[in-house]
Amino acid sequence: MAHGAGGKASRRLVEGLFAPLLFGNTPGPLGDAAQVEISGTKVAITTDSFVVKPLTFPGGSIGELAVNGTVNDLAVSGAKADVLVVSYVLEAGLPTSVLEAEVRAMGDAARKAGVRIAGGDTKVVEHGKADQMYITTTGIGHLLHGIAIDPLSVRPGDKVLLSGPIGDHGITILLARGELDLEADLRSDTRSVLPLVEALAHRAGPGVRWMRDPTRGGVATSLNELARDCGLGVVLFEDQIPVRDTVRGACELLGLDPLHIANEGQFLAVVAPEYADAAIDALALAPGGDEAQIIGEIREQPSGSVLVTTLYGGSRIIDMLVGDPLPRIC
Amino acid sequence: MRFVDEFREPELISKTAEEIRRLAGTDRHYCIMEICGGHTHAIYRFGLKDILPENIELIHGPGCPVCVLPMGRIDDGLAIAQQPDVIFAAFGDMMRVPGAQGSPLEHKARGMDVRIVYSPSDALKLARLNPEKHVMFFAIGFETTAPSTALTMMRAKAEGIRNFSVFCNHVTVIPAIRAILDSPDMRLDGFIGPGHVSTVIGCRPYEWIAQNEHKPIVVSGFEPLDLLQSMVMLLRQLRSGEAKVENQYKRVVTWEGNPAALRAMAEVFEVRPYFEWRGLGLIPQSALRINDKYAEWDAEQRFEVPGIRVSDPKAAQCGEVLRGVLKPHQCRLFGRECTPDRPVGALMVSSEGSCAAYHNYEHRKAAMVTSLSQTA
Repeated sequence: MAHGAGGKASRRLVEGLFAPLLFGNTPGPLGDAAQVEISGTKVAITTDSFVVKPLTFPGGSIGELAVNGTVNDLAVSGAKADVLVVSYVLEAGLPTSVLEAEVRAMGDAARKAGVRIAGGDTKVVEHGKADQMYITTTGIGHLLHGIAIDPLSVRPGDKVLLSGPIGDHGITILLARGELDLEADLRSDTRSVLPLVEALAHRAGPGVRWMRDPTRGGVATSLNELARDCGLGVVLFEDQIPVRDTVRGACELLGLDPLHIANEGQFLAVVAPEYADAAIDALALAPGGDEAQIIGEIREQPSGSVLVTTLYGGSRIIDMLVGDPLPRIC
Repeated sequence: MRFVDEFREPELISKTAEEIRRLAGTDRHYCIMEICGGHTHAIYRFGLKDILPENIELIHGPGCPVCVLPMGRIDDGLAIAQQPDVIFAAFGDMMRVPGAQGSPLEHKARGMDVRIVYSPSDALKLARLNPEKHVMFFAIGFETTAPSTALTMMRAKAEGIRNFSVFCNHVTVIPAIRAILDSPDMRLDGFIGPGHVSTVIGCRPYEWIAQNEHKPIVVSGFEPLDLLQSMVMLLRQLRSGEAKVENQYKRVVTWEGNPAALRAMAEVFEVRPYFEWRGLGLIPQSALRINDKYAEWDAEQRFEVPGIRVSDPKAAQCGEVLRGVLKPHQCRLFGRECTPDRPVGALMVSSEGSCAAYHNYEHRKAAMVTSLSQTA
């Protein structure tokens, strides 16, 4: 199960099996989308499968995630999604009303994100062979002007930017499963981050070196991947990381670290220091970007790792997540 | 956030750290054991070791229930859950702990009905919702969690819920401290006493540590300021040659403990003659089992238990680390054969285990402290 949770085990699977057998030996740093040339035009392409329990939760549902997730993977790769194709795996006996609601949610999300759904496929499996429904979306997009993403271009002194508060989605899902008997007024942050990325590209494009949407495994996992890919250290300032009180409270109670919790509507960027102010201004002016923050910077050390510094001079190394975050009780 | 931020106030923390440096001086070395895994976790999470002077050495104690649970008990619990129509319910802490045939999470991936619960009463709720199934709660923890297990069993009995049982692995903290103090390689100067356990048992049970063993112990809270203040209290005692029990965590812990919780434990449990602790071996009267009044809800009496004994891998030095003789990174397997994603010893499993905490938060830091201070 850990191989699908977005952390270390997922990475081992990709680097140890998929990359050598499918893409030839050296894929280079693994991004959220691939760039390919089709008849002389460079496009970005990505695919993602969505497996969520429960299907609907405060602030969103699997259909909305399936559109936004792929749009976001393209956005943080510096591309604007143009076309999606979608594939459903449905469990026999799934009420048509549930399916209809999710298809509607996908249509709405696609319209909002400005992307066309061009085709799809449906398979039905026996009852008990799938958790109600799985959705896979594949997206193709054109590259945005004035922005180039490459972890190898990251330099010491660069600033780490976060688009808004973290942990909302992961904690919402955890609570929506209803297994913990905890309630909180919290909604998933699922949304398209494309407008924010476009604003960033427009105002600070030449300074943007790297982006990633910190979904499964959270901010800690994405930044560990960056640290490994660029061979530098990422130093975070704990007091600068935006986390809502409800998320903090739930994490304190459950023994979880907000830096390991999944997000669906945020992104991280590494920006050259001279563009940091412009980047924050650009996001602040864009809708939904007013909580963006500089949360850290790139340093020579600790190379390949992420270090969190606390307000009072302590520090800790934070690693990728192994498997899913599990509540800690005793 | 209330009850949290006031105990993370940077200015107070730096003042307290200054006081610690003044008291610690440079003339001697201090070996302090924090008994509780929650303290270990907090020390690493808040980077408190960075603020303490070098002559204060923190030794991480046996107070991580997951870490001291022998592998055979996990296999026993999972063997019961192999039977048809049994739901295995446990805290999230347990889910990644490896048995000889894999962890509960791995059994779940292979099809076992494994549920994460937040409290024993959630497991009882599962039993109510699934009357055709049997729910077995795999109970772990010190006196912190034992009362809620007891209360849940009392409720199951009162309501006559018969498709519910408890596989009891509750342990008690005092015998573990005694085992550490009795070990021949003991070199501790004092203890940071467990906070949550003491909310139940109070401070009185620690008095023998001060009186007979002449070691100071300060019961502490879990926030950075709590731990630093406890360190100040310990150092004051050590500087003046005193040894007494002090209570830093007064906002939660009383001297006499929680009588209602103790009564519930007495109603349901009795002391086992001996129990195996991982890394420490058999410790007499160190664990709880379910008494005959509640036999019907005792998984060990209701089901055939294989009684699996698994010895720890020979090369693993969990015992030495648990007793504070070795630092985590001094173990032969640390960071190579034994890592958080592939733990060999249990100290590497729970984030409260000293090896996992050391690996996650400290391991790579040592090498770069110098270069960091250059760039900062």
